[in-house]
Amino acid sequence: MQVPSHVEYERATSVEHALALLGRPDHRVLAGGHSLIPMMKLRLAQPGVLVDINGLAELAYIKENGGQLRIGALARHADLLDSKIAGGRYPIFHDAERVVADPIVRLWGTIGGSLCQADPSEDLSAVFAAVRATAVIRGQDGDREVPVREFHLGPYETVIAPGELLAEIRVPVQPGTGSAYEKVARRVGDWSVAAAGAVLQLDGQTITEAGIGLTAVAAEHFVAAEAEDYLRGKPATEQNFGQAATIAAEHCHPVADQRGPEDYKRHLVAELTTRALRRAAARAGAPA
Amino acid sequence: MTAGFGRMLRKEDQRFVRGMGTYVDDVHLPGMLYGAVLRSPHPHARIASIDTVAAEAHPKVKAVITGETLAGRDLAWMPTLAGDRQAVLATDKVRFQGQEVAFVVAEDHYAARDALELIDVEYEPLPAVADARRALDADAPVVRDDLDLTGNHIFDWESGDAERTDRVFRDAEVTVSQDMLYPRVHPAPLETCGIVADFSKVSGKLTVWATTQAPHAHRTLYSLVVGLPEHKIRVISPDIGGGFGNKVPIYPGYLCAIAGSMITGRPVKWVEDRSENLMSTCFARDFHMRGELAASRDGTIRAVRVTVLADHGAFNGAAQPTKYPAGFFGVFTGSYDLEAAHCKVTAVYTNKAPGGVAYSCSFRITEAVYLVERMVDVLAFELNIDPAELRMRNLLRPEQFPYTCQTGWTYDSGDYPRTLRLAMDMAGYEDLRKEQATERARGHLTGIGVSFFTEAVGAGPRKHMDILGIGMADGVELRVHPTGTAVLRISVQTQGQGHETTFAQIVAEELGLSPDDVEVVHGDTDQTPFGLGTYGSRSTPVSGAATAIVARKVRERARIVAAAMLEVDPEDLEWEGGRWSVKGDPDSGRTIAEIAWAAHSNLELPDGVEGQLDATCVYNPPNLTYPFGAYICVVDVDPGTGKVDVRRFIAVDDCGVRINPMIVEGQVHGGLADGIGMALMENIAFDADGNCLGGSFMDYLLPTSLECPSWELGATVTPSPHHPIGAKGVGESATVGSPPAVVNAVIDALRPYGVRHADMPLTPAQVWRAIQGRPFRTDLAIS
Amino acid sequence: MTMRVAVTVNGTEYARDVEPRLLLIHFIRDELGLTGSHWGCDTSNCGSCVVWLDATPVKACTVLAAMADGRSVRTVEDLEQDGCLDPVQQGFIECHGLQCGFCTPGMMMTARWLLDRNPDPAEAEIREVLSGLLCRCTGYENIVRSVRWAAEHAADHRGERQ
Repeated sequence: MQVPSHVEYERATSVEHALALLGRPDHRVLAGGHSLIPMMKLRLAQPGVLVDINGLAELAYIKENGGQLRIGALARHADLLDSKIAGGRYPIFHDAERVVADPIVRLWGTIGGSLCQADPSEDLSAVFAAVRATAVIRGQDGDREVPVREFHLGPYETVIAPGELLAEIRVPVQPGTGSAYEKVARRVGDWSVAAAGAVLQLDGQTITEAGIGLTAVAAEHFVAAEAEDYLRGKPATEQNFGQAATIAAEHCHPVADQRGPEDYKRHLVAELTTRALRRAAARAGAPA
Repeated sequence: MTAGFGRMLRKEDQRFVRGMGTYVDDVHLPGMLYGAVLRSPHPHARIASIDTVAAEAHPKVKAVITGETLAGRDLAWMPTLAGDRQAVLATDKVRFQGQEVAFVVAEDHYAARDALELIDVEYEPLPAVADARRALDADAPVVRDDLDLTGNHIFDWESGDAERTDRVFRDAEVTVSQDMLYPRVHPAPLETCGIVADFSKVSGKLTVWATTQAPHAHRTLYSLVVGLPEHKIRVISPDIGGGFGNKVPIYPGYLCAIAGSMITGRPVKWVEDRSENLMSTCFARDFHMRGELAASRDGTIRAVRVTVLADHGAFNGAAQPTKYPAGFFGVFTGSYDLEAAHCKVTAVYTNKAPGGVAYSCSFRITEAVYLVERMVDVLAFELNIDPAELRMRNLLRPEQFPYTCQTGWTYDSGDYPRTLRLAMDMAGYEDLRKEQATERARGHLTGIGVSFFTEAVGAGPRKHMDILGIGMADGVELRVHPTGTAVLRISVQTQGQGHETTFAQIVAEELGLSPDDVEVVHGDTDQTPFGLGTYGSRSTPVSGAATAIVARKVRERARIVAAAMLEVDPEDLEWEGGRWSVKGDPDSGRTIAEIAWAAHSNLELPDGVEGQLDATCVYNPPNLTYPFGAYICVVDVDPGTGKVDVRRFIAVDDCGVRINPMIVEGQVHGGLADGIGMALMENIAFDADGNCLGGSFMDYLLPTSLECPSWELGATVTPSPHHPIGAKGVGESATVGSPPAVVNAVIDALRPYGVRHADMPLTPAQVWRAIQGRPFRTDLAIS
Repeated sequence: MTMRVAVTVNGTEYARDVEPRLLLIHFIRDELGLTGSHWGCDTSNCGSCVVWLDATPVKACTVLAAMADGRSVRTVEDLEQDGCLDPVQQGFIECHGLQCGFCTPGMMMTARWLLDRNPDPAEAEIREVLSGLLCRCTGYENIVRSVRWAAEHAADHRGERQ
């Protein structure tokens, strides 16, 4: 098997301890490890010191309070998939988690880890962008909040600075919201060829707010902003969904690779956005 | 009387379910060192220099071996099973991405990996030829300048009657033609290839534990290549985690480990990682085919013509019988009665990994069956005849057997229409077609794919079939101990097929013993007779036959001993219920166990009769055997995404007499999953520069439990007339028959869009593109 | 440089000095000699390395031994108790759920975990839970049947050694 190069290991005993360690040069967070360790085995990542934060139970939770869903960064994918609180408010989480990796990897990979890995094909990046979540980043001086839509700077790059830790993701909870995620992969567990997440807030038949997240097609901040703008204030109709989907497909930058050619990926964006919008609307209780 | 044949739980499971199997990586010897291979990142490059000083200085490194080191021992090149030669460690050039360049031996595996990074190789990249269809261009880069070749042509091979075929094509009412690719795929057994090599300077003996499907052939080859006398080499094939043809060849890493052991005087373990396995070991298929079919308007198939461009990679490492450079592709005539047939195969070198024959291919029969079964569907498409009906009209009839096809293969036995009919009944074929019509009217795409295949397995008659000159006959040895239990030593090598159980069952069936009383010894060349190993579904047809015959020899010897015990003539005895008894007097019967004791005792035996109950046999099969089957696949296709869901798969196999139906079914299940894999997702593609795009399980996708349906199996039994127990072999049948069934089903689903063909793998992207009328080439990078 | 890692494996505590980069699967196989768990890929896809870490299945090729320090691990060698096979093991024998045996320990450890949480899983759930493990021999059908057998024979307690 391919194996990592030399690395040192520290186990954080508290969040403060973790932050102090992460302030040192070449120290990297080790959570579930299911993004980082594979990269270390391929020697694409060669951190100096790993800071194991798996013991920080205070960062592993899914709860709702103050009109917000609050997901601790150390919540595992399986926790989010099993969470009735999260899935009840946002079925998009369940739709997505069902198709992230595989059931065993989901027991270990963390929500925070996936967001921080910032893979352009990461499903949760599009999902949290679609629900307009906020990332709570903890440093030794306290917390700062960054909208998930501003969290990613580019492939494998986030706004987290040395000495900081993603602590929590907060998701606003609104009545009349429906959400859904649609993904196509070549095989179960594979990264998306393309995927679309939709969140619709309805007032009767009118869309008061729309969130559309796109995965694996280099959409800016994983979002189809122009399509969202189009839908805002409009009736939740099949025709409007189709139009929004077309706009979404026009405003992303899929690249041909072994998952598919560019025209297919663009088509998928349109197709999956339409399907996600349709299901989101149905879940929001829109009339048939 | 204990039953021999029949459903019986496997003896070997006892250790496997406890995690007590011994695979090569489980072998630990005192003082053992670990090897790692440095591989070329370039598909084609001259080696300017190799600097190993830093690696050698690593405190845990014991040796660094390069092509130069090996050249000094005449080991830099080795023969391949196709009669070519392959670099063990590159000396002048590297010729495919992933080719072996240097070998490090270190105290532990992690240190060996670290040391690889300390070796500095200076490459001068060269243009690479990655597109087989450009390999014969005048300006194509030449891969094998080491053989003084000026081009990339390897061989041309033809079979059938070109002139007669041309005449039929000129005469025929309908001709159809279709280009199709059988992509480069990989057997990818779950256990990668590896070796522990232990050379003792004191005894001069080399012992290797290796992932090999053919331990004796490997021993002989090691002797020839390494220069050690063969009796000083012992090859042990312990438990093997899947072979599928991937573990037939000798790989450079094996020879490096052997050299490492000879140099350091300590055992050396080398086990490849998955990327090495996918990028450098024996791939399968990579046949670019043009199929043509000539028929009458009423659907009578008259002739098949094929031209093939075969991509063999940088070295021709295809493990073929010598006289068959394109293997058994000659059975592209399929299961039909043809007036004429002809094929021409042109093989080329490219800057890719070497090989061609693997992945349960039955020596290229996967390619042949795919070709003919796709062509039959293309004809059905053109003539608007139901594909099952078209096959039923053209299948060989039972009275035509033994049937010699247009390319000279004599199919031994079969009742083809009965098997197809059973598959259709099991599937509810007519109802499926009605459902399809209803669904189509609603815009839903359901597809039904049929595949009928004839396999040719059990290589083979030694006059015609040899690997590097060694005839493909198998030895076997049976001893019955004084207390009546037995040991059977066989030359074939299970990699999951259950030989420890099934071969015991054969002996049990012949001698009236319990299979639990027969110990099967295999996988150690010091302990077993010579044979050519397990691949090409040959174990049952060849070693299974040998086993039946050797058991019968023991039974005949037992007759003589029994006659002496009963003081009668041997002709006065009959074999009934597991005993030799005097005719008409069953109470006089003696079991093999009783006879065995007597055979070892002070019982006086007739002159010329030796004591004990032992026998050996070398079985030279008179012919191949021809298992066959009818498969039906039902798929649902989402036209908006191109996603294919395999809803049902019905498989009726006829492999003659079944020694253990449970094991036969398991073999079929596994091969059917292969079909889904290859048809829908498995592919090793290359970009224009020769970079391999299928080098990990993230890129080389294998089907999981969710892509596979619950297989529906049926059976018909048409015994092989020339096999002692009427068995035919089945290990590869499903891998042969299933890809065309799945592809035919998907293409059938796309009928409303006028799609006639699209190449595997039918990923969602490819299916969607096919619907748009623009399927793409799958052997190259998608652009 | 090395660090001390203490892991309770199958009920016994083992302490070893290892490099921090040592993967858990290698700790189990090479340090402790428990070779029943295997490895088959580089990218966490095949699942032949699945063991339990604190009673949760994990792909042991994707965690460091250091992460298991102070925790407990269960491997296939622990399924048989007091000379009796676990129903999962017996099920795999009864239903021909294995051929080469290489994926089998991972499959069984995952099945055991599933059955502990849901003693009566439907076929679809079994296939879903096993979808992160690869098998090249069986086509999965008999693996699913083996798990169903174990579910149906849990009350028979444990299979006898043959």
